[in-house]
Amino acid sequence: MADIRHEIPADRAGRSGPDSGGKHKGGGMAHSGLKSFAGLMARQGILVAFVLFLIAFSVFSDRFLSAENIFSVVRSSAIIGVMALGVTVVVIGGNLDLSVGSMLSFSTVLVVDLHDKIGPGPAIVVTVLATLCLGAINGLLVGVARLNSLIVTLGMLSAIQGLTLIYSGGKNVDIVHQDTTWFKIFGRGYIADIPVPIVIFAICAIVLHVVMAYTPFGRRIYATGGNPTAAVFSGIRRSRVVFATYLISALTVAIAAIVLGSRVMGSQNNVGQGYELQVLAGVILGGTSLLGGSGTIWKSVIGVLILGFIQNGLLLLGFEYYVQWLVTWVVIILAVWLDIAAKRGRLLSPIA
Amino acid sequence: MSASHIPQPDTPALRLEGIVKTFPGVRALDDVGFDVRAGEVHALLGENGAGKSTLMKVLAGMYEPDEGSIYIEGEAVTMRSPLEAKARGVVLIHQELSLAEEMSVAENIYLGELPRKSLGRVDWKTLHSNAQAILDRLKCGFDSKRQVGTLSIANQQMVEIARALTVEAKVVVFDEPTASLTDAEKVVLFDIINDLKARGAGIVYISHRMDEIFTLADRISVLRDGGYRGTLIKSETNEDEVIQLMIGRALDLTRRRAAAKTGKVALQVEGLSCGKLFEDVSFELREGEVLGFYGLVGAGRTEIAETLFGLRKPSAGRILIDGTEVEISSPADAIKKGISLVPESRKEQGLVLGMNCRDNITLPQVGDLTKGPFVSDGAEIAIFDRYYEALKIKTPSWRQAVGNLSGGNQQKIVIGKWLAMNPRILIVDEPTRGIDVGSKSEIHDLIRTLAGEGYAVIVISSEMPEVMHVSDRIVAMFHGRIMRSFTTEEVTEDNLVAAISGIETDKVA
Ligand SMILES: Nc1ncnc2c1ncn2[C@@H]1O[C@H](COP(=O)(O)OP(=O)(O)OP(=O)(O)O)[C@@H](O)[C@H]1O
Ligand SMILES: [Mg+2]
Repeated sequence: MADIRHEIPADRAGRSGPDSGGKHKGGGMAHSGLKSFAGLMARQGILVAFVLFLIAFSVFSDRFLSAENIFSVVRSSAIIGVMALGVTVVVIGGNLDLSVGSMLSFSTVLVVDLHDKIGPGPAIVVTVLATLCLGAINGLLVGVARLNSLIVTLGMLSAIQGLTLIYSGGKNVDIVHQDTTWFKIFGRGYIADIPVPIVIFAICAIVLHVVMAYTPFGRRIYATGGNPTAAVFSGIRRSRVVFATYLISALTVAIAAIVLGSRVMGSQNNVGQGYELQVLAGVILGGTSLLGGSGTIWKSVIGVLILGFIQNGLLLLGFEYYVQWLVTWVVIILAVWLDIAAKRGRLLSPIA
Repeated sequence: MSASHIPQPDTPALRLEGIVKTFPGVRALDDVGFDVRAGEVHALLGENGAGKSTLMKVLAGMYEPDEGSIYIEGEAVTMRSPLEAKARGVVLIHQELSLAEEMSVAENIYLGELPRKSLGRVDWKTLHSNAQAILDRLKCGFDSKRQVGTLSIANQQMVEIARALTVEAKVVVFDEPTASLTDAEKVVLFDIINDLKARGAGIVYISHRMDEIFTLADRISVLRDGGYRGTLIKSETNEDEVIQLMIGRALDLTRRRAAAKTGKVALQVEGLSCGKLFEDVSFELREGEVLGFYGLVGAGRTEIAETLFGLRKPSAGRILIDGTEVEISSPADAIKKGISLVPESRKEQGLVLGMNCRDNITLPQVGDLTKGPFVSDGAEIAIFDRYYEALKIKTPSWRQAVGNLSGGNQQKIVIGKWLAMNPRILIVDEPTRGIDVGSKSEIHDLIRTLAGEGYAVIVISSEMPEVMHVSDRIVAMFHGRIMRSFTTEEVTEDNLVAAISGIETDKVA
């Protein structure tokens, strides 16, 4: 038998004839064009989608891109946005937090109720501590007892709802002297013409971004979410890391509650109902994988803003408010699909 | 070549032509072509990252090639998915296990093609009897109803192989199948390969173990840096020529390092037990010494390492570091006490696959690489660069996700990660699994050098030449017990084999 070394080059020479060679090249180019588009979508798909939305809505409504409208959207997104930052940290660490909605109800009721009873300063301190305790319960159950985070936080969702009602006796709470308290600054104030909720959102985003991207602690969270076993083998104390992510999440809820309470100056027992899904939607839109270990803070910011702008755009176009729920769903599915499609370079999975 | 689709006697089972595959920053395959005849074992060799696995993934429909063509029995084919490839008779047994751990063995074997009854219900009876038949053919001692996650790595490998046998395959690719098999399992595997060969399948066999290649292969093709370097006929070549072709230079594998100068006792283990996993284990390890642990898979070596690294709680016995008794409560604690462990399974225990190369290497010490509260980029890159060079890690940059590296280069990242800790006591568990011959001897040299610098090293390996080559003393284990300990002068292949099979009961530690 002849050595193949002599066969192959001869064969190759034969193939490089004008037509067959050309065909190969053409195919290769179309393929790489598609791939570079896929690559762009994989890296910046969320930004591309964002820009497309802004363009589409601004064509149909000239109010949409006005500074006034933009400020109003960002301000109303700030509460969900702040919570989404904390949830992003939990999700990167490999877990879920569905309890943030009812935690928000609890903390808002608490801060508003205590405001008149013990004064705004102490009310804020107590609220933050109480909310951190709730986060610590999540953290202990998921991080230390290693229970499934979906179950734990879903359970906490309903438990905290109960807790809120027990605390308030089912009555709505409100602040009596709304105009004289300095507490109003968080929801209604301005710093250099920028609404304070936006300032708070921005500060939280920057702080958490720095923590996640540049500190050893952030690195440990990514590692724990990416591969918990390897993280333990690397000397990372996994339970502590997970515990800390739930504390961060609770802290962002407390901050959101202060903003919300200050803005509304009152609270119903269920103000936060359904927020957990909006928050999660923003996180997913930002491209954070629910499997853990990947995602970034600033992309969640964009995810939340996209959500806010879509909902606002639909309202400006005259749709009923509930249409936004359907559209939001479609957008999330598309975002998730495009994201994995770009990663595998085709729309449907090759592994049937 | 015939244009007809009827296979001619001289039509190769598989022909690859001008295959090109690029990843961002990497030309993984550059115009690769060769053919595999029906009824031959065709070995594919190359250094870590040469492109072997990538080529086989192209063949099995997992990657689309940028250019080039694939012919099965003379017919040009394009494969868009593993199932389509399988339908055409091409099956791939992966380098990295890819099983659904929660499912049963049978379901894994027939994944994606479960036998059906009416209304699309799974025909469990047929499923399990078919699966069991394949398992029996492979002489596997476990049931088709077992959950895959509960099997040992070696048995999971057998499931992976069983998966390939559900069709009458024309081309079967084995990508480093023996990396985690015992010698007995290897014999079974080689029987299967010879059986497939006798049935007329073309076999592609990827391995870094020269002895296996020279036992099994008929022809040997070599890749280097993504390019095709040629095909050699086994009967007309030798190891040196193959290695020369593979790494572009000759390699002196016989070099024997000088015996180390040992210092004081760094680690002392007395009567250590952990349930039934291992019992009454005693040994001591000196500075500057390499202690080899040899035994069959399951002899308890990994469990001892995990206990020393704080992952398991001993049920009895004492551990002394520098003469003081210590309790090692967690890996973090072990690291603080100067112990490093290169774990057995890089994918599960060693790496965060989605994280980049640099961050993986610095992970255990990231808390110390700080400037103020922040991780210092410069310090991290300096560490990465040091091991990138020392271990010749092949990656376009430190930013590459570790999961995109070739298997052997992933292993190098794990080794680098633990060397970078400058441990006093370094434990390496199967350190060269999946590593090419050139790098392997470099890693062996590195272990010797570390010992020379005063490190105390434990090497756990199932490869006899490796333990014999690298160790100053060898401990032979059988069923969780130390059977005997050898010095380099005493040890021979025969008495080592006898000791790990439980024949020798002379217990001197
Ligand atoms: N999905 C991917 N993305 C980017 N680069 C990749 C990907 N898969 C492989 N590569 C790169 O392609 C090259 C060839 O990798 P491949 O896995 O084929 O090597 P190999 O010959 O199988 O090596 P080993 O002996 O270590 O298993 C490597 O440099 C690797 O980093
Ligand atoms: Mg490989």
